[in-house]
Amino acid sequence: MLTLTGIDAGYGSVQVLRRLTLEARTGEVLCVMGRNGAGKSTMLKAIMGLVPASAGSIMLDGLDIIRLPAHEVPRHGVGYVPQGRRLFAELTVAENIEIGLMTRRRGQRTRDDVLSLFPRLRERLKQVSGTLSGGEQQMLAIARALCLEPKVLLLDEPTEGLQPSMIALIRDTVVALKSTGVATILVEQRVDAVLSVADRVAFMTGGTVAETVEAAGLTPTAPQFAAYVGV
Amino acid sequence: MSFGPFLLLALMEGMVTSAVLALAAVGLSLVFGIMRVVNVAHGEFFMLGAVSAWFVSQWVPGPPAVAFAAALVLCPLFVGAIAALADMTVLKRLNYEPEATIVATIGLLYILQQAALSFYGPDARPVPAPFSFRVQLPWFGYSGYKMAVVLASALVLLGVWRLLAKSRVGLIMRATQYDRETARAFGINVDRVYAGVFALGGGLAALAAVLIVPIQQAHYLMGTEPLLLSFIVVIIGGLGSLRGTVIAALLIGLSDGVISTFFAPTLAKIVATLAVALVLVFRPQGLFGRRAL
Repeated sequence: MLTLTGIDAGYGSVQVLRRLTLEARTGEVLCVMGRNGAGKSTMLKAIMGLVPASAGSIMLDGLDIIRLPAHEVPRHGVGYVPQGRRLFAELTVAENIEIGLMTRRRGQRTRDDVLSLFPRLRERLKQVSGTLSGGEQQMLAIARALCLEPKVLLLDEPTEGLQPSMIALIRDTVVALKSTGVATILVEQRVDAVLSVADRVAFMTGGTVAETVEAAGLTPTAPQFAAYVGV
Repeated sequence: MSFGPFLLLALMEGMVTSAVLALAAVGLSLVFGIMRVVNVAHGEFFMLGAVSAWFVSQWVPGPPAVAFAAALVLCPLFVGAIAALADMTVLKRLNYEPEATIVATIGLLYILQQAALSFYGPDARPVPAPFSFRVQLPWFGYSGYKMAVVLASALVLLGVWRLLAKSRVGLIMRATQYDRETARAFGINVDRVYAGVFALGGGLAALAAVLIVPIQQAHYLMGTEPLLLSFIVVIIGGLGSLRGTVIAALLIGLSDGVISTFFAPTLAKIVATLAVALVLVFRPQGLFGRRAL
Protein backbone atom coordinates (compact mmCIF):
# COMPACT_ATOMS: atom_id res chain seq x y z
CA MET A 1 0.00 0.00 0.00
CA LEU A 2 2.62 2.53 1.13
CA THR A 3 6.30 1.93 0.46
CA LEU A 4 9.14 4.23 1.47
CA THR A 5 12.44 3.54 -0.25
CA GLY A 6 15.79 5.14 0.51
CA ILE A 7 14.39 8.34 2.04
CA ASP A 8 16.78 11.14 2.99
CA ALA A 9 15.07 14.04 4.73
CA GLY A 10 15.67 16.70 7.37
CA TYR A 11 15.28 20.28 8.45
CA GLY A 12 17.53 22.68 6.56
CA SER A 13 21.09 21.39 6.79
CA VAL A 14 20.24 18.92 9.56
CA GLN A 15 19.63 15.50 8.06
CA VAL A 16 17.29 13.34 10.15
CA LEU A 17 16.27 10.44 7.92
CA ARG A 18 19.01 8.40 6.24
CA ARG A 19 18.20 5.87 3.50
CA LEU A 20 14.98 4.99 5.31
CA THR A 21 13.01 2.09 3.87
CA LEU A 22 9.64 0.94 5.20
CA GLU A 23 6.50 -0.75 3.93
CA ALA A 24 2.95 -0.56 5.32
CA ARG A 25 0.56 -3.20 3.98
CA THR A 26 -3.19 -3.10 3.45
CA GLY A 27 -5.19 -4.08 6.53
CA GLU A 28 -2.15 -4.11 8.75
CA VAL A 29 -0.97 -2.16 11.79
CA LEU A 30 2.70 -1.36 11.57
CA CYS A 31 4.08 0.02 14.82
CA VAL A 32 7.17 2.19 14.75
CA MET A 33 9.33 2.30 17.87
CA GLY A 34 12.57 4.00 18.73
CA ARG A 35 14.19 6.44 21.11
CA ASN A 36 13.55 10.18 21.09
CA GLY A 37 15.28 11.70 18.09
CA ALA A 38 15.33 8.45 16.10
CA GLY A 39 13.27 10.21 13.41
CA LYS A 40 9.82 8.65 13.93
CA SER A 41 7.82 11.88 13.73
CA THR A 42 10.03 13.21 10.95
CA MET A 43 9.27 10.10 8.91
CA LEU A 44 5.53 10.72 9.23
CA LYS A 45 6.03 14.37 8.26
CA ALA A 46 8.11 13.31 5.28
CA ILE A 47 5.25 11.07 4.12
CA MET A 48 2.88 14.06 4.46
CA GLY A 49 5.27 16.25 2.47
CA LEU A 50 5.67 18.57 5.45
CA VAL A 51 9.39 17.82 5.68
CA PRO A 52 11.05 17.86 2.26
CA ALA A 53 12.78 14.64 1.22
CA SER A 54 15.99 15.03 -0.75
CA ALA A 55 16.18 11.45 -1.98
CA GLY A 56 14.12 8.29 -2.28
CA SER A 57 10.55 7.47 -3.26
CA ILE A 58 7.24 7.16 -1.43
CA MET A 59 4.89 4.93 -3.41
CA LEU A 60 1.20 5.05 -2.50
CA ASP A 61 -0.83 2.52 -4.52
CA GLY A 62 1.66 2.75 -7.38
CA LEU A 63 1.89 6.56 -7.35
CA ASP A 64 5.06 8.33 -6.21
CA ILE A 65 3.85 11.04 -3.82
CA ILE A 66 7.27 12.31 -2.77
CA ARG A 67 7.29 15.32 -5.11
CA LEU A 68 3.64 16.29 -4.56
CA PRO A 69 2.96 19.61 -2.82
CA ALA A 70 2.08 18.92 0.82
CA HIS A 71 -1.59 19.78 0.45
CA GLU A 72 -2.09 17.16 -2.29
CA VAL A 73 -0.76 14.22 -0.26
CA PRO A 74 -3.85 13.93 2.00
CA ARG A 75 -6.11 14.13 -1.06
CA HIS A 76 -4.66 10.82 -2.19
CA GLY A 77 -5.95 9.22 0.99
CA VAL A 78 -3.34 9.71 3.70
CA GLY A 79 -4.88 10.61 7.07
CA TYR A 80 -2.57 12.16 9.65
CA VAL A 81 -2.96 12.39 13.44
CA PRO A 82 -0.02 14.57 14.47
CA GLN A 83 1.83 14.39 17.74
CA GLY A 84 0.20 16.63 20.33
CA ARG A 85 -3.07 16.41 18.33
CA ARG A 86 -2.67 19.81 16.64
CA LEU A 87 -6.40 20.53 16.52
CA PHE A 88 -7.57 23.85 15.15
CA ALA A 89 -8.00 24.77 18.79
CA GLU A 90 -10.16 27.86 18.36
CA LEU A 91 -12.54 26.15 15.96
CA THR A 92 -15.47 24.06 17.17
CA VAL A 93 -15.62 20.28 17.05
CA ALA A 94 -17.97 20.48 14.06
CA GLU A 95 -15.61 22.83 12.22
CA ASN A 96 -12.61 20.55 12.78
CA ILE A 97 -14.65 17.65 11.39
CA GLU A 98 -15.69 19.83 8.45
CA ILE A 99 -12.03 20.55 7.57
CA GLY A 100 -11.39 16.80 7.57
CA LEU A 101 -14.39 16.15 5.32
CA MET A 102 -13.37 18.88 2.87
CA THR A 103 -9.97 17.27 2.28
CA ARG A 104 -11.40 14.56 0.02
CA ARG A 105 -14.86 16.08 -0.45
CA ARG A 106 -16.58 13.54 1.76
CA GLY A 107 -20.13 14.24 2.89
CA GLN A 108 -22.83 13.54 5.43
CA ARG A 109 -22.50 9.76 5.26
CA THR A 110 -18.82 9.80 6.19
CA ARG A 111 -19.55 12.32 8.92
CA ASP A 112 -22.19 10.05 10.44
CA ASP A 113 -19.88 7.02 10.25
CA VAL A 114 -17.06 8.85 11.98
CA LEU A 115 -19.28 10.36 14.66
CA SER A 116 -20.83 6.98 15.42
CA LEU A 117 -17.31 5.78 16.29
CA PHE A 118 -17.01 8.63 18.80
CA PRO A 119 -20.48 9.43 20.22
CA ARG A 120 -18.91 11.79 22.79
CA LEU A 121 -17.96 14.13 19.96
CA ARG A 122 -21.51 14.19 18.63
CA GLU A 123 -22.64 15.61 21.99
CA ARG A 124 -20.05 18.39 21.77
CA LEU A 125 -20.23 19.52 18.16
CA LYS A 126 -20.62 23.20 19.03
CA GLN A 127 -17.90 23.22 21.68
CA VAL A 128 -14.60 24.97 20.95
CA SER A 129 -12.17 22.09 20.48
CA GLY A 130 -9.42 23.61 22.63
CA THR A 131 -11.72 23.28 25.68
CA LEU A 132 -12.25 19.51 25.29
CA SER A 133 -10.55 17.09 27.68
CA GLY A 134 -7.29 15.51 26.51
CA GLY A 135 -8.97 12.24 25.57
CA GLU A 136 -11.76 13.99 23.69
CA GLN A 137 -9.21 16.07 21.82
CA GLN A 138 -7.44 12.89 20.74
CA MET A 139 -10.76 11.40 19.62
CA LEU A 140 -11.35 14.51 17.55
CA ALA A 141 -7.85 14.40 16.04
CA ILE A 142 -8.48 10.79 14.98
CA ALA A 143 -12.03 11.56 13.81
CA ARG A 144 -10.72 14.44 11.71
CA ALA A 145 -8.24 12.10 10.01
CA LEU A 146 -10.89 9.41 9.46
CA CYS A 147 -13.07 11.98 7.67
CA LEU A 148 -10.70 11.47 4.72
CA GLU A 149 -11.71 7.80 4.53
CA PRO A 150 -7.96 7.20 4.40
CA LYS A 151 -6.18 4.33 2.70
CA VAL A 152 -3.23 4.97 4.98
CA LEU A 153 -3.54 6.33 8.52
CA LEU A 154 -0.52 7.83 10.30
CA LEU A 155 -0.80 8.08 14.09
CA ASP A 156 1.93 9.85 16.05
CA GLU A 157 1.86 8.79 19.72
CA PRO A 158 -1.93 8.99 20.04
CA THR A 159 -2.03 7.54 23.56
CA GLU A 160 0.49 9.96 25.04
CA GLY A 161 -0.79 11.29 28.37
CA LEU A 162 -4.19 9.60 28.21
CA GLN A 163 -6.04 7.56 30.83
CA PRO A 164 -6.36 3.76 30.36
CA SER A 165 -10.01 3.79 29.25
CA MET A 166 -9.17 6.24 26.50
CA ILE A 167 -6.14 4.21 25.41
CA ALA A 168 -8.39 1.16 25.15
CA LEU A 169 -10.86 3.08 23.00
CA ILE A 170 -8.12 4.20 20.64
CA ARG A 171 -6.76 0.66 20.41
CA ASP A 172 -10.24 -0.67 19.59
CA THR A 173 -10.60 1.97 16.88
CA VAL A 174 -7.28 1.02 15.29
CA VAL A 175 -8.16 -2.68 15.38
CA ALA A 176 -11.58 -1.97 13.82
CA LEU A 177 -9.93 0.00 11.00
CA LYS A 178 -7.76 -2.98 10.12
CA SER A 179 -10.77 -4.95 8.97
CA THR A 180 -11.72 -2.15 6.57
CA GLY A 181 -8.37 -2.51 4.80
CA VAL A 182 -6.68 0.61 6.11
CA ALA A 183 -2.88 0.48 6.39
CA THR A 184 -1.96 2.02 9.74
CA ILE A 185 1.43 3.33 10.77
CA LEU A 186 1.42 3.83 14.52
CA VAL A 187 4.28 5.56 16.32
CA GLU A 188 4.10 4.33 19.89
CA GLN A 189 6.47 4.19 22.85
CA ARG A 190 4.75 1.75 25.21
CA VAL A 191 5.54 -1.93 24.74
CA ASP A 192 2.19 -3.28 26.00
CA ALA A 193 0.25 -0.95 23.70
CA VAL A 194 2.34 -2.05 20.74
CA LEU A 195 2.01 -5.76 21.43
CA SER A 196 -1.79 -5.49 21.76
CA VAL A 197 -2.37 -4.04 18.25
CA ALA A 198 0.70 -4.49 16.05
CA ASP A 199 1.01 -6.93 13.17
CA ARG A 200 4.62 -5.95 12.62
CA VAL A 201 6.99 -3.68 14.52
CA ALA A 202 9.68 -1.51 12.90
CA PHE A 203 12.51 -0.40 15.16
CA MET A 204 14.15 2.89 14.24
CA THR A 205 17.52 4.24 15.23
CA GLY A 206 19.62 7.03 13.77
CA GLY A 207 17.04 8.02 11.17
CA THR A 208 16.65 4.62 9.59
CA VAL A 209 14.77 1.36 10.17
CA ALA A 210 17.16 -1.05 11.83
CA GLU A 211 14.90 -4.07 12.02
CA THR A 212 11.30 -5.03 11.22
CA VAL A 213 9.80 -8.06 12.96
CA GLU A 214 6.45 -9.86 13.15
CA ALA A 215 4.68 -8.85 16.36
CA ALA A 216 3.57 -12.43 16.97
CA GLY A 217 7.17 -13.40 17.68
CA LEU A 218 7.74 -10.62 20.19
CA THR A 219 7.39 -10.75 23.96
CA PRO A 220 7.81 -7.82 26.38
CA THR A 221 11.27 -9.13 27.17
CA ALA A 222 12.40 -9.34 23.54
CA PRO A 223 15.95 -8.00 23.06
CA GLN A 224 14.83 -5.45 20.42
CA PHE A 225 12.92 -3.44 23.04
CA ALA A 226 16.04 -3.16 25.16
CA ALA A 227 18.26 -2.37 22.19
CA TYR A 228 16.16 0.20 20.33
CA VAL A 229 13.70 1.60 22.88
CA GLY A 230 15.62 1.20 26.13
CA VAL A 231 12.94 -0.53 28.22
CA MET B 1 -25.20 77.14 14.93
CA SER B 2 -25.57 76.10 18.56
CA PHE B 3 -23.49 73.42 20.26
CA GLY B 4 -25.88 70.44 19.83
CA PRO B 5 -26.17 70.52 16.03
CA PHE B 6 -22.48 71.39 15.78
CA LEU B 7 -21.63 68.25 17.73
CA LEU B 8 -23.98 66.22 15.52
CA LEU B 9 -22.19 67.52 12.43
CA ALA B 10 -18.81 66.64 13.96
CA LEU B 11 -20.04 63.13 14.76
CA MET B 12 -21.41 62.64 11.26
CA GLU B 13 -18.07 63.69 9.77
CA GLY B 14 -16.43 61.30 12.21
CA MET B 15 -18.69 58.47 11.05
CA VAL B 16 -17.49 58.93 7.46
CA THR B 17 -13.87 58.77 8.63
CA SER B 18 -14.69 55.71 10.76
CA ALA B 19 -16.40 53.93 7.89
CA VAL B 20 -13.50 54.32 5.48
CA LEU B 21 -10.94 53.64 8.17
CA ALA B 22 -12.70 50.47 9.28
CA LEU B 23 -12.53 49.04 5.75
CA ALA B 24 -8.84 49.83 5.34
CA ALA B 25 -7.95 48.63 8.84
CA VAL B 26 -9.89 45.36 8.51
CA GLY B 27 -7.83 44.65 5.41
CA LEU B 28 -4.62 45.25 7.33
CA SER B 29 -5.89 43.22 10.28
CA LEU B 30 -6.87 40.21 8.14
CA VAL B 31 -3.44 40.13 6.52
CA PHE B 32 -1.71 40.28 9.88
CA GLY B 33 -4.13 37.91 11.62
CA ILE B 34 -4.00 35.15 9.03
CA MET B 35 -0.57 35.59 7.41
CA ARG B 36 1.36 37.24 10.27
CA VAL B 37 2.60 39.77 7.73
CA VAL B 38 2.92 43.43 8.76
CA ASN B 39 2.05 45.04 5.45
CA VAL B 40 3.71 48.44 5.32
CA ALA B 41 2.51 48.86 1.72
CA HIS B 42 -1.15 48.72 2.79
CA GLY B 43 -1.54 52.50 2.40
CA GLU B 44 -0.28 52.23 -1.17
CA PHE B 45 -3.03 49.74 -1.99
CA PHE B 46 -5.40 52.43 -0.70
CA MET B 47 -3.70 55.03 -2.93
CA LEU B 48 -3.81 52.71 -5.95
CA GLY B 49 -7.54 52.26 -5.38
CA ALA B 50 -8.09 56.04 -5.51
CA VAL B 51 -5.77 56.64 -8.47
CA SER B 52 -7.22 53.77 -10.48
CA ALA B 53 -10.70 55.13 -9.69
CA TRP B 54 -9.66 58.39 -11.35
CA PHE B 55 -8.52 56.49 -14.46
CA VAL B 56 -11.80 54.58 -14.58
CA SER B 57 -13.74 57.87 -14.24
CA GLN B 58 -11.85 59.17 -17.29
CA TRP B 59 -12.31 56.08 -19.44
CA VAL B 60 -15.91 55.13 -18.74
CA PRO B 61 -18.30 57.40 -20.66
CA GLY B 62 -21.76 58.45 -19.53
CA PRO B 63 -22.99 59.86 -16.22
CA PRO B 64 -20.64 59.89 -13.19
CA ALA B 65 -22.73 57.24 -11.45
CA VAL B 66 -21.92 54.66 -14.14
CA ALA B 67 -18.18 55.38 -14.00
CA PHE B 68 -18.26 55.29 -10.21
CA ALA B 69 -20.07 51.95 -10.14
CA ALA B 70 -17.48 50.58 -12.54
CA ALA B 71 -14.65 51.88 -10.32
CA LEU B 72 -16.28 50.31 -7.26
CA VAL B 73 -16.03 46.89 -8.92
CA LEU B 74 -12.88 47.19 -11.06
CA CYS B 75 -10.48 49.03 -8.72
CA PRO B 76 -10.60 46.53 -5.81
CA LEU B 77 -10.16 43.69 -8.32
CA PHE B 78 -7.21 45.44 -9.95
CA VAL B 79 -5.52 46.21 -6.65
CA GLY B 80 -6.31 42.74 -5.32
CA ALA B 81 -4.61 41.24 -8.37
CA ILE B 82 -1.50 43.37 -7.76
CA ALA B 83 -1.49 42.29 -4.11
CA ALA B 84 -1.81 38.60 -5.02
CA LEU B 85 1.05 39.02 -7.48
CA ALA B 86 3.21 40.68 -4.81
CA ASP B 87 2.44 37.82 -2.44
CA MET B 88 3.30 35.09 -4.93
CA THR B 89 6.44 36.70 -6.34
CA VAL B 90 7.90 38.32 -3.21
CA LEU B 91 6.43 37.35 0.17
CA LYS B 92 6.17 33.63 -0.58
CA ARG B 93 9.82 33.53 -1.64
CA LEU B 94 10.77 35.11 1.68
CA ASN B 95 8.93 32.27 3.40
CA TYR B 96 6.92 34.95 5.28
CA GLU B 97 9.81 35.67 7.68
CA PRO B 98 8.51 38.58 9.80
CA GLU B 99 11.53 40.89 9.43
CA ALA B 100 11.99 40.12 5.75
CA THR B 101 8.34 40.81 4.91
CA ILE B 102 8.46 44.20 6.64
CA VAL B 103 11.47 45.24 4.58
CA ALA B 104 9.92 43.78 1.43
CA THR B 105 6.65 45.66 1.90
CA ILE B 106 8.58 48.89 2.52
CA GLY B 107 10.17 48.28 -0.88
CA LEU B 108 6.76 47.58 -2.36
CA LEU B 109 5.53 50.88 -0.86
CA TYR B 110 8.14 52.86 -2.80
CA ILE B 111 7.67 50.90 -6.01
CA LEU B 112 3.92 51.50 -6.00
CA GLN B 113 4.32 55.16 -5.01
CA GLN B 114 6.85 55.89 -7.74
CA ALA B 115 4.81 53.94 -10.28
CA ALA B 116 1.82 56.14 -9.44
CA LEU B 117 3.98 59.26 -9.78
CA SER B 118 5.21 58.09 -13.19
CA PHE B 119 1.86 57.04 -14.64
CA TYR B 120 -0.55 59.35 -12.84
CA GLY B 121 1.59 62.39 -12.01
CA PRO B 122 2.00 64.66 -9.02
CA ASP B 123 -1.43 66.34 -9.21
CA ALA B 124 -4.38 65.77 -6.92
CA ARG B 125 -7.42 65.01 -9.05
CA PRO B 126 -11.07 64.74 -8.04
CA VAL B 127 -13.43 61.94 -9.04
CA PRO B 128 -17.04 63.08 -9.39
CA ALA B 129 -19.47 61.66 -6.82
CA PRO B 130 -22.08 59.33 -8.29
CA PHE B 131 -24.89 61.53 -6.95
CA SER B 132 -25.01 64.90 -5.21
CA PHE B 133 -28.30 65.28 -3.35
CA ARG B 134 -28.25 66.85 0.09
CA VAL B 135 -30.17 65.57 3.08
CA GLN B 136 -31.79 68.59 4.76
CA LEU B 137 -31.69 68.28 8.54
CA PRO B 138 -33.44 70.94 10.73
CA TRP B 139 -30.10 72.63 11.41
CA PHE B 140 -27.98 72.01 8.35
CA GLY B 141 -27.89 70.19 5.05
CA TYR B 142 -25.63 67.14 4.77
CA SER B 143 -24.13 65.31 1.83
CA GLY B 144 -26.24 62.29 0.88
CA TYR B 145 -23.12 60.75 -0.62
CA LYS B 146 -21.30 60.76 2.71
CA MET B 147 -24.25 58.96 4.30
CA ALA B 148 -24.12 56.41 1.50
CA VAL B 149 -20.41 55.85 2.22
CA VAL B 150 -21.21 54.91 5.82
CA LEU B 151 -23.96 52.55 4.70
CA ALA B 152 -21.80 50.94 2.00
CA SER B 153 -18.94 50.41 4.42
CA ALA B 154 -21.25 48.81 6.98
CA LEU B 155 -22.60 46.43 4.34
CA VAL B 156 -19.13 45.42 3.15
CA LEU B 157 -17.96 44.83 6.73
CA LEU B 158 -21.01 42.67 7.34
CA GLY B 159 -20.11 40.74 4.20
CA VAL B 160 -16.51 40.24 5.35
CA TRP B 161 -17.73 39.03 8.73
CA ARG B 162 -20.13 36.55 7.10
CA LEU B 163 -17.37 35.35 4.79
CA LEU B 164 -15.08 34.63 7.72
CA ALA B 165 -17.56 33.27 10.23
CA LYS B 166 -20.12 31.48 8.10
CA SER B 167 -18.57 30.37 4.83
CA ARG B 168 -16.40 27.46 3.81
CA VAL B 169 -13.75 29.87 2.51
CA GLY B 170 -13.72 31.56 5.92
CA LEU B 171 -13.32 28.21 7.67
CA ILE B 172 -10.30 27.45 5.48
CA MET B 173 -8.86 30.89 6.25
CA ARG B 174 -9.31 30.44 10.01
CA ALA B 175 -7.82 26.95 9.98
CA THR B 176 -4.79 28.30 8.11
CA GLN B 177 -4.49 31.09 10.65
CA TYR B 178 -4.38 28.73 13.64
CA ASP B 179 -2.01 26.10 12.25
CA ARG B 180 -0.73 26.28 8.72
CA GLU B 181 1.21 23.01 8.82
CA THR B 182 -1.80 21.01 9.97
CA ALA B 183 -3.94 22.88 7.43
CA ARG B 184 -1.61 21.54 4.72
CA ALA B 185 -1.98 18.04 6.14
CA PHE B 186 -5.72 18.39 5.50
CA GLY B 187 -5.50 19.38 1.87
CA ILE B 188 -5.58 23.16 2.31
CA ASN B 189 -3.50 24.93 -0.33
CA VAL B 190 -1.90 27.43 2.04
CA ASP B 191 -0.15 29.31 -0.78
CA ARG B 192 -3.47 29.98 -2.42
CA VAL B 193 -5.10 31.01 0.87
CA TYR B 194 -2.27 33.49 1.50
CA ALA B 195 -2.47 34.99 -1.99
CA GLY B 196 -6.24 35.28 -1.56
CA VAL B 197 -6.01 36.90 1.87
CA PHE B 198 -3.39 39.40 0.66
CA ALA B 199 -5.64 40.20 -2.31
CA LEU B 200 -8.65 40.59 -0.02
CA GLY B 201 -6.69 42.92 2.28
CA GLY B 202 -5.52 45.06 -0.64
CA GLY B 203 -8.98 44.99 -2.22
CA LEU B 204 -10.60 46.28 0.99
CA ALA B 205 -8.11 49.18 1.16
CA ALA B 206 -8.83 49.96 -2.50
CA LEU B 207 -12.57 49.84 -1.90
CA ALA B 208 -12.21 52.27 1.01
CA ALA B 209 -10.26 54.61 -1.27
CA VAL B 210 -12.83 54.46 -4.09
CA LEU B 211 -15.51 55.43 -1.56
CA ILE B 212 -13.49 58.37 -0.22
CA VAL B 213 -12.10 59.72 -3.50
CA PRO B 214 -15.18 61.84 -4.40
CA ILE B 215 -14.68 63.59 -1.05
CA GLN B 216 -10.89 63.73 -0.85
CA GLN B 217 -9.22 63.65 -4.34
CA ALA B 218 -6.66 61.13 -5.56
CA HIS B 219 -2.95 61.81 -5.04
CA TYR B 220 0.11 59.61 -5.23
CA LEU B 221 1.15 60.40 -1.63
CA MET B 222 -2.30 59.88 -0.10
CA GLY B 223 -1.45 56.41 1.29
CA THR B 224 0.57 57.54 4.29
CA GLU B 225 -2.24 58.75 6.51
CA PRO B 226 -4.54 55.73 6.07
CA LEU B 227 -1.54 53.47 6.73
CA LEU B 228 -0.77 55.24 9.99
CA LEU B 229 -4.41 55.36 11.06
CA SER B 230 -4.98 51.72 10.11
CA PHE B 231 -2.05 50.69 12.26
CA ILE B 232 -3.40 52.81 15.12
CA VAL B 233 -6.82 51.19 14.78
CA VAL B 234 -5.47 47.66 14.48
CA ILE B 235 -3.20 48.07 17.51
CA ILE B 236 -5.97 49.55 19.65
CA GLY B 237 -8.52 46.96 18.53
CA GLY B 238 -6.15 44.01 18.92
CA LEU B 239 -4.28 42.47 16.00
CA GLY B 240 -6.36 39.88 14.22
CA SER B 241 -9.62 40.78 15.96
CA LEU B 242 -12.23 41.86 13.43
CA ARG B 243 -14.65 43.13 16.04
CA GLY B 244 -11.92 45.05 17.87
CA THR B 245 -10.79 46.63 14.61
CA VAL B 246 -14.27 47.90 13.78
CA ILE B 247 -14.84 49.26 17.29
CA ALA B 248 -11.43 50.95 17.34
CA ALA B 249 -12.14 52.48 13.92
CA LEU B 250 -15.38 53.95 15.30
CA LEU B 251 -13.51 55.28 18.34
CA ILE B 252 -10.69 56.87 16.34
CA GLY B 253 -12.95 58.15 13.55
CA LEU B 254 -15.50 59.76 15.88
CA SER B 255 -12.87 61.35 18.14
CA ASP B 256 -11.09 62.58 15.01
CA GLY B 257 -14.32 64.20 13.80
CA VAL B 258 -15.09 65.85 17.13
CA ILE B 259 -11.57 67.02 17.95
CA SER B 260 -10.91 68.25 14.40
CA THR B 261 -14.15 70.25 14.38
CA PHE B 262 -13.83 71.82 17.81
CA PHE B 263 -10.05 72.10 18.11
CA ALA B 264 -7.63 71.18 15.35
CA PRO B 265 -6.98 68.18 13.06
CA THR B 266 -3.40 67.98 14.36
CA LEU B 267 -4.66 67.58 17.92
CA ALA B 268 -6.87 64.71 16.72
CA LYS B 269 -3.80 62.87 15.38
CA ILE B 270 -1.91 63.58 18.60
CA VAL B 271 -4.73 62.10 20.67
CA ALA B 272 -4.96 59.02 18.45
CA THR B 273 -1.22 58.42 18.69
CA LEU B 274 -1.32 58.92 22.44
CA ALA B 275 -4.13 56.37 22.65
CA VAL B 276 -1.92 53.83 20.87
CA ALA B 277 0.92 54.50 23.28
CA LEU B 278 -1.40 54.00 26.26
CA VAL B 279 -2.86 50.80 24.83
CA LEU B 280 0.62 49.44 24.14
CA VAL B 281 1.68 50.18 27.70
CA PHE B 282 -1.40 49.00 29.58
CA ARG B 283 -2.99 46.44 27.26
CA PRO B 284 -0.42 45.36 24.66
CA GLN B 285 -2.74 42.75 23.12
CA GLY B 286 -5.27 45.50 22.27
CA LEU B 287 -8.79 46.02 23.59
CA PHE B 288 -10.08 42.80 22.00
CA GLY B 289 -6.77 41.08 21.44
CA ARG B 290 -7.41 37.61 22.81
CA ARG B 291 -10.56 36.75 20.94
CA ALA B 292 -9.25 36.16 17.44
CA LEU B 293 -11.66 37.20 14.69
